[in-house]
Amino acid sequence: MMELYRMTALELGTVLRKGELSPADALAAARERIAACQKNNNAFITVLDPSPTSLGAGPLAGVPMALKDNICTKGVKTSCASKILGDFAPPYDATVAERLVAAGAVCLGKLNMDEFAMGSTSETSFYGPTRNPWALDRVPGGSSGGAAAAVAAGEVWYAIGSDTGGSIRQPAAYCGVTGMKPTYGTVSRYGLIAYASSLDQMGPIARSAADCAAVLDIIQGMDPRDGTSLEGSYGGFLSSLTGDVRGLKIGIPADCFGDGLDSEVRRAVLAVAEVLKSRGAAVEEFSLPIMEYVVPTYYIIASAEASSNLSRFDGVKYGWRAEGYKDLADLYARTRTEGFGAEVKRRIMLGTFVLSAGYYDAYYKKALQVKAVIKKAYDEAFQKYDMLLAPVSPTTAPKLGESLSDPLKMYLSDIYTVPLNLAGLPGISVPCGFDSKGLPIGAQLIGPALGDGVILNAAHAFQFETDFHRQIPETKGGVSA
Amino acid sequence: MKITEEMVDYIALLSRLKPDAEEKVQMTAELEKIVSYMDVLNILDTDGVEPLSHVFPIRNVMRSDEVSSSFPREELLKNAPSRDDEAFLAPKAVEG
Repeated sequence: MMELYRMTALELGTVLRKGELSPADALAAARERIAACQKNNNAFITVLDPSPTSLGAGPLAGVPMALKDNICTKGVKTSCASKILGDFAPPYDATVAERLVAAGAVCLGKLNMDEFAMGSTSETSFYGPTRNPWALDRVPGGSSGGAAAAVAAGEVWYAIGSDTGGSIRQPAAYCGVTGMKPTYGTVSRYGLIAYASSLDQMGPIARSAADCAAVLDIIQGMDPRDGTSLEGSYGGFLSSLTGDVRGLKIGIPADCFGDGLDSEVRRAVLAVAEVLKSRGAAVEEFSLPIMEYVVPTYYIIASAEASSNLSRFDGVKYGWRAEGYKDLADLYARTRTEGFGAEVKRRIMLGTFVLSAGYYDAYYKKALQVKAVIKKAYDEAFQKYDMLLAPVSPTTAPKLGESLSDPLKMYLSDIYTVPLNLAGLPGISVPCGFDSKGLPIGAQLIGPALGDGVILNAAHAFQFETDFHRQIPETKGGVSA
Repeated sequence: MKITEEMVDYIALLSRLKPDAEEKVQMTAELEKIVSYMDVLNILDTDGVEPLSHVFPIRNVMRSDEVSSSFPREELLKNAPSRDDEAFLAPKAVEG
């Protein structure tokens, strides 16, 4: 039998279902792997010691996984990687966690991230940075950096991350794994600690697109506890994977391949089109002339919502409280000033500014208008194409410490991922090569609203022809050397 | 767009944050740089464009008015930094 950590989640699920391996064996393998990798990559904030489960009969029953630490787990510390939440242990499970457990998932722990999911490197965590298993002096991306690193290193077979502006797709690209942000509203946000509610969406990170399809089948579907949850059920992704892309019309937005894109990344992403063409897809370039507006629009809207969502952290109801306060207002201000990190405070300040009297129309309202323009541009693109192909990030993973000194520069690197959140569209990041430094490159397949199955199938077709997603970091943080 | 330290003071007050003198200088410079960059949106003519707050036309989602059990009080108080048997404790908000 292949070493367990090299298997995809579905392969492990299959050997478990056939009885060739017991759920206890799978758990032991995960524990061993976490013990070997955690000190190098710091992917976990909390490691759990669960018992094997007898729940579930589906394709992922008994397969060990982990959750990003902004997803509520009953009685288990959920920190958002922030000092301000202290040892907060939620009194309830997120819907996503509940559905996974019912399907036989075993949760090995809670994964490191940028504080409150604000960041592109996982360096803003109060619990120290996560490191990229492919090169320990590099970031895993963010904000779901722990999730991508843990899957890349084979510590768990899949993980659930959250994506507000690219936080699943970009770390998946940097760590050489597959990560998907589903259509907004198809996965319940109940129990996800909110950053920007109109943009937040949870989704899977795993080795393969088929794994992602299997996870999505479990977590998607209407939830009355989330008012933005779409009516109906959108599953059946795994059973619809045919790998048949004959006649699929793929649009390549030329505006996503211009200045600022690393040439090795460009070449690898465009090669994905060739592979899909060889299987019968039709590829065409087109113009998407909104790209220069997506980053400012995103940061205005996301920061505005964050400034409102994060007002609940005040040192009264849960989490950490500062000392030495004079009165209630001082308790709030001291707790928040000492409890939030620099990037979170920057976004709260920015969000408060764009919502404040005198600036609301010029910034917040303007951003909502531009958001309408951006959505319309995608709507028009999807009248011509079934799917779009773009990079995930302009470069491969930067070194630790390189990004935080210039916040604006860090924001600009989110250019290819944020428009999907603004337009509510699904996107999947698939490994498509390595640069000359040996770092993974990701390509982004973008679907129309509720076209999740289309991009999963195209990603599956690509992974049928290539083995980039089967590569595993063989040194250092990956395999404990 | 010019951001002054007075503006930063006001935004910090609204945000319930208390940056020290050094942080304030840094925040002022950073906010000015970021906000100035955002002014690029002014290039785009959005006259007559309806602001879009939600991508799908979902409005006023109601649930049926059914009684269901709420969380036990003890469960909710468990995470509080300061509490007694039945309430969160915080400094007095109203003098009297």
